[in-house]
Amino acid sequence: MRKVLVALAVAAAMPAAHAQSVKIGVVTFLSGPAAAPFGVPAKNSAEFVVEQLNNGQAPAPYSKKGFGGAPLEIVLLDEAGSTTTQVTEFRNLVQRQNVDLIIGYVSSGNCLAIAPVAEELKKLTNFFDCGTPRIFEDASYEYVFRTSPTATMDSVGAALYVKDAKPGVKSIAGLNQNYAWGQDSWGDFEATMKVLVPSLDVKTSQMPKLFAGQYNAEISALLSAKPDVIHSSFWDGDLEAFILQAGPRGLMKQSLTILTTGETAMHKLGKQIPDGTVLGARGPFGPYAPNNQYNKWFHGGFVAKYKDEPNYASYQMAQAFLGVKAAWEKAQDANGGKRPSNEQVAAALKGSTFEGPGGTVKMSIGKGHQAVMETAYGVTKLQGGKLTVTNVKRYPAEKVNPPEGVKSADWIKGGFKAQ
Amino acid sequence: MDGTIYSAWLFTAALGLTLIYGVMKIVNVTHGSFYALGAYAGASLTGAWLAAGYPPMLSYVVLLVAAVLVAIVVAPLIERGILRFMYAKDEVVILLITYALFLILEDVIKLIWGVNPYFIAEPYALLGSFEVGGLAYPTYNLILVLLALVSGVGLMWLLHSTRVGKLLVAVIHDPEVSRAMGINVHRYYLATFTFGSLLAALAGAFTAPTVSVVPGLGVEIIVLSFAVVVIGGLGSLPGAALGAVIVGVVRSVSVHYWPAVELFVIYFVMAMVLAFRPRGLFSLAEPRKI
Repeated sequence: MRKVLVALAVAAAMPAAHAQSVKIGVVTFLSGPAAAPFGVPAKNSAEFVVEQLNNGQAPAPYSKKGFGGAPLEIVLLDEAGSTTTQVTEFRNLVQRQNVDLIIGYVSSGNCLAIAPVAEELKKLTNFFDCGTPRIFEDASYEYVFRTSPTATMDSVGAALYVKDAKPGVKSIAGLNQNYAWGQDSWGDFEATMKVLVPSLDVKTSQMPKLFAGQYNAEISALLSAKPDVIHSSFWDGDLEAFILQAGPRGLMKQSLTILTTGETAMHKLGKQIPDGTVLGARGPFGPYAPNNQYNKWFHGGFVAKYKDEPNYASYQMAQAFLGVKAAWEKAQDANGGKRPSNEQVAAALKGSTFEGPGGTVKMSIGKGHQAVMETAYGVTKLQGGKLTVTNVKRYPAEKVNPPEGVKSADWIKGGFKAQ
Repeated sequence: MDGTIYSAWLFTAALGLTLIYGVMKIVNVTHGSFYALGAYAGASLTGAWLAAGYPPMLSYVVLLVAAVLVAIVVAPLIERGILRFMYAKDEVVILLITYALFLILEDVIKLIWGVNPYFIAEPYALLGSFEVGGLAYPTYNLILVLLALVSGVGLMWLLHSTRVGKLLVAVIHDPEVSRAMGINVHRYYLATFTFGSLLAALAGAFTAPTVSVVPGLGVEIIVLSFAVVVIGGLGSLPGAALGAVIVGVVRSVSVHYWPAVELFVIYFVMAMVLAFRPRGLFSLAEPRKI
């Protein structure tokens, strides 16, 4: 009798133990300049979240193990290299490694190139970080999603914060990298500021080469121009070099300086970032994350595991997994408990709303494929040897994202009216 | 002032490149690796020095020691271990070999230091600031200018006023005849490669306090250094100085008055120089062809 019971117990456990895993391709920078600020924090986040989900340790409604009971398995891929390489590697992930879905991509160029290939291969692909709004403004996709907001939100939010923090602002200047990200960020910020302050004087727009590293001349030009506000979307070593070179020269003291991705540097360069610098985190992430149960779970677990603060790329990666998990399980329920197809998961993710460590995520634009969120900005203050942000202002999603069907540039030029 | 600082930084980095080409006829892409290795070693050693609570003012000496360590350990390894077997090959082949070494060293750097950035901000702010035209500049920038002057003048003095330098000039002009006259050309090649690499490592180490030391640091500098030495004339020390000044001043003027063309202007100047002086402004006669 005892043997029969043991055999029954083993048999009962079999399906769970051998449940077909969900193989997820995770693509992010593991080498090159984008690895330290974005790639590695995002990879760590993916590994942490997968471990938590597989153990059923995430808070409800994410507490079911894996995706609907199926354990998760990650296939990591380095995003470094040319766009052509990334397209080839994407095909390899789908056609040779047979992944079930893909979560990844920091570079906007890579996202723009991958989206049509994902559609062609009919493979569910969720972009977790890249910023360009063009992906869903210039094309429609069935299998492609982005669970993080676009760069438009960063620039509009930055301009609104500047106007709130410095109501009498009369002049601005920019220091941005000379490629799509820098030019688009500055273009959106400048256009939004011109709507907010019609008589705005644009003193100078500095566009040094990506990874130039030496900014003494640009800093001198900005000091000479004496603008009320300086906008920079610098990231990685460029951001850090700018802070190291501009701080001792008093640039942040002279002009209100807004660093839209500054959060990635705040934990590494805390004491070098002068008080009163405006930092962005590309959404309500990091120091701007809400005090909800998901953030307590994510932030606490991440810090305990890696002895390091998660930055916004980490938050965006966690959010990408949670969004797909919610959709997967909704689709599985609708499918009578059976494993859902990519089409069924895509249909469930389209237009959905879910909660994450950054707060509420609404897949409400780009025909339900593009997320919007609230955003937040604040100014730095060194307290007890630790850099904190104060004067935090939050802007609701509808105020900093264009409505469905309206292109970002047109929406800004039209006065960025809410829906 | 911006032009002076930028020119000094460029000159220190480009000087070793032009020296190695002048003596060994190697277009040395690993020069960028030595710059990066100098920066990493400088950041690591100085960071450890400051963390241990030693006098911050001596951190400048630590930067110097870091660069010397990089040069005397890595440069002979590359020259004796790989390059000396390649001297008989075509210049283009050696260029490709140094490019391969550059890629390998990039990965070695990642293996040793990882991908996270290193900072040593203290030496940059330690010396205070000075003002020029109402704009504040950290005094540390004067160390970069001094480093460039000492490197340039010192190398000129070494070449033209010492016995070793004169023998080296003989090697530059004709290695075969020099060898026939009893000069140990291989020893001079080793010394030149080590000294040229030291200049790159020095530029990297003394740049470390002003930047975030991250992977890929050597790529940017090698492109700019090539622009400088091509403008000045490959192998010419005064040419490197003039090239650095031209690039530094043109770029700074552009940043202040026409920032939109900042990227374009350096390479436009290079193209103009090459259009009228295809071998650069200070190109020397080719003694070997006489």
